[in-house]
Amino acid sequence: MRGQKQRKQFGKFLVNLTLLFIIIVWTVPTLGIFVSSFRNRTKIDTTGWWAVLPHREWQAVSELDPKSLDLDPDGIMEIEGISGTFDEFRTGVETPDGKRLTWLGNKRLGRIEVQEQVWAVDWDFSLDNYRQVLGGQDFEFKRPDGTVEVVPGDNMINAFLNSLAVAIPSTVIPILIAAFAAYAFAWMKFPGRRTLFILVVALLVVPLQIALVPILRDYKALNLNGTFLAIWLAHTGFGLALATYLLYNYISQLPRDILESAFIDGASHFTVFTQLVMPLSLPALASFAIFQFLWVWNDYLVALIFLGGNPEFELVTQRMAAIVGARGQDWHLLTAGAFVSMLLPLIVFFSLQRFFVRGLLAGSVKG
Amino acid sequence: MNLPGNEVRRQAPSGGMLNKIGHVLLAVVIPFVSFFILYLGFLFLRDSKASREVIVLVAIIWGVGGVGLLYWVFNWLVEKLPDPWKGRLLPFVFVGPAVAILSWYLAVPTLRTFYISLFDRNGPPADLNFIQQLLSGSFVGPANYIAVFTEDLMLQAFRNNLMWIVFGSTFSVIFGLLIAVLADRSSFEKLAKSLIFLPMAISFVGASIIWNFIYEYRPAGETQIGLLNSIVTSMGGTPQAWPQWVAVAPWNNLFLIVIVVWLQAGFAMVLFSAALKGIPEEMLEAGRIDGANEFQIFFRIMLPSIQGTLISVWTTIVIFTLKIFDVVWVMTGGQFGTHVIATQFYRQTFTNRNSGFGSAIAIILLVAVIPVMFYNLKQFREQEAF
Repeated sequence: MRGQKQRKQFGKFLVNLTLLFIIIVWTVPTLGIFVSSFRNRTKIDTTGWWAVLPHREWQAVSELDPKSLDLDPDGIMEIEGISGTFDEFRTGVETPDGKRLTWLGNKRLGRIEVQEQVWAVDWDFSLDNYRQVLGGQDFEFKRPDGTVEVVPGDNMINAFLNSLAVAIPSTVIPILIAAFAAYAFAWMKFPGRRTLFILVVALLVVPLQIALVPILRDYKALNLNGTFLAIWLAHTGFGLALATYLLYNYISQLPRDILESAFIDGASHFTVFTQLVMPLSLPALASFAIFQFLWVWNDYLVALIFLGGNPEFELVTQRMAAIVGARGQDWHLLTAGAFVSMLLPLIVFFSLQRFFVRGLLAGSVKG
Repeated sequence: MNLPGNEVRRQAPSGGMLNKIGHVLLAVVIPFVSFFILYLGFLFLRDSKASREVIVLVAIIWGVGGVGLLYWVFNWLVEKLPDPWKGRLLPFVFVGPAVAILSWYLAVPTLRTFYISLFDRNGPPADLNFIQQLLSGSFVGPANYIAVFTEDLMLQAFRNNLMWIVFGSTFSVIFGLLIAVLADRSSFEKLAKSLIFLPMAISFVGASIIWNFIYEYRPAGETQIGLLNSIVTSMGGTPQAWPQWVAVAPWNNLFLIVIVVWLQAGFAMVLFSAALKGIPEEMLEAGRIDGANEFQIFFRIMLPSIQGTLISVWTTIVIFTLKIFDVVWVMTGGQFGTHVIATQFYRQTFTNRNSGFGSAIAIILLVAVIPVMFYNLKQFREQEAF
């Protein structure tokens, strides 16, 4: 009996350990970006972000002057009982007692540093990167050798506002239109009801690539390219089938007698819809809203095609992709920018996770 | 909610000719004013030089309010009509916009894209009629489809997309299932699920930056700031620019596929977790009493009972990886042998401006999802709830 209990506990321990390992693997990528976004530009560029963890680091304890030791840099030198060439000392030679000798500078004017390994953490955090990625001006950096370098920042605030202007209507409009349609499919009788709903179901998985060329032609003809209306309508079109399908599933399940008693009281369809059905469907509306919002906020392709020509209307995802393309080595901008772009989705995600999961289970999966 | 009395009063014919004219006037004026306001909003958004904050605020109010206003106006108009007409038209006020938008954005484009795919790079000449278009030199028939299946880069894209579909969906499902099973038995289920799930909130562009940072490459001998190269060099290996590592092509695609597994495993986990919790405890208990070990319980009881979820998660991720675009486009731009169908579609349509070729690729994507479409329709017919 006791053996079995022990085995059970050991099993649970193994489960916890494996899961912990997977969680760490899953979280480390995001953590790396997050930590780096607070480190200064030179630090990101010269050390791995894991330097924020306690680690052993060489630190100078004293200095030797090669001249006073009377060394010949062109031959084999002997310093503090170890011998090596100039090149070896340049990269550092370790002594048996755990010290390291490193030659700094050139052969004639250099000096030798005696270093010891110490425990260190690299906790020099600031919000500078965020200021630079949002602020839009140029910034000066001092290099370790004293020279000054001017690095342009980036103007993500603008892109952030544009993303808001695209994402909020692109979330609300399809939900409104889909809710009206779902109500009609569920509670009204009209010719073609079944055929039209089959159309909705069939369109669930149609890839949006199919629409891009013809719609772009229409937009050119209507002179709509590069406007907010164009991209709202596009996102509405691509999200509507799923929204209608999901909301129909929910609205058609609402208790019949509540609606019927409202009709007997003389309420019109419009009143029943706005005063009764919408409030009752709030959970379903919320879970689809989260999906559509995340989908639109994170979208890159649709924005690239319908807003692509207009730099003034650039969205967060486009801005980030542009920085990756043009300044892929500017990790201080990329890390902070990536976090700016994730901020809103993460807030929505964590505050409304319950609805999000419910939406997933109801089948919020886009074609 | 309307009181019954309200209804009666509204329908009672009161007043004479003047009143009727008033109603008609109102029915003309109100929609006209609404459309005019909406049009002004559109002009303001298109041409205004106001500050970004103002434009964004106006855009949100105009967009959201405008749709609400349109529904209200049309409903108001229809409710003015005599009863039989009201009953006939009202459903179409409700369902009409959805059907119109779906037709414009998805249903009709399938036909239009197919038509365009039969023409050369400029598509059907706009100034000719249908018959003339078919007879013109721009009509190339199946030539684009032949090119799609013979061009080197397209063949590479098909091969890579197959890798995406096979490895992407398989690993997402395996990890999702593994995590769901482990989390169910662990002491920190909620935390674990939240953290695994978190990448779902991150955009592909954001995820590409995150993983670019992991793959960051510095020449051998320098300090590696990318995690992967740092691990590799500390174990004595040579650093690589992983997704660009052409020497191992096509396997360098796996470094991109990892990103999608990282994003999608959370999705699979949530669905599997809910399905696993739905298995009745007695069934598992019965298995244990019969002497089955945990592995037998997993493979003989759990897996068969969540088969439906398994299939739907799998198809979802397959469709998803079939259309994968952002990750590849941001990480490599399709270079180093990493093109997929959707990046080829973009390259042909927008970089090469060959709309005929691009449309043919889009049709291939559509054909690939048709089995799933039929499956959905079959499911819908079987429900018989409609």
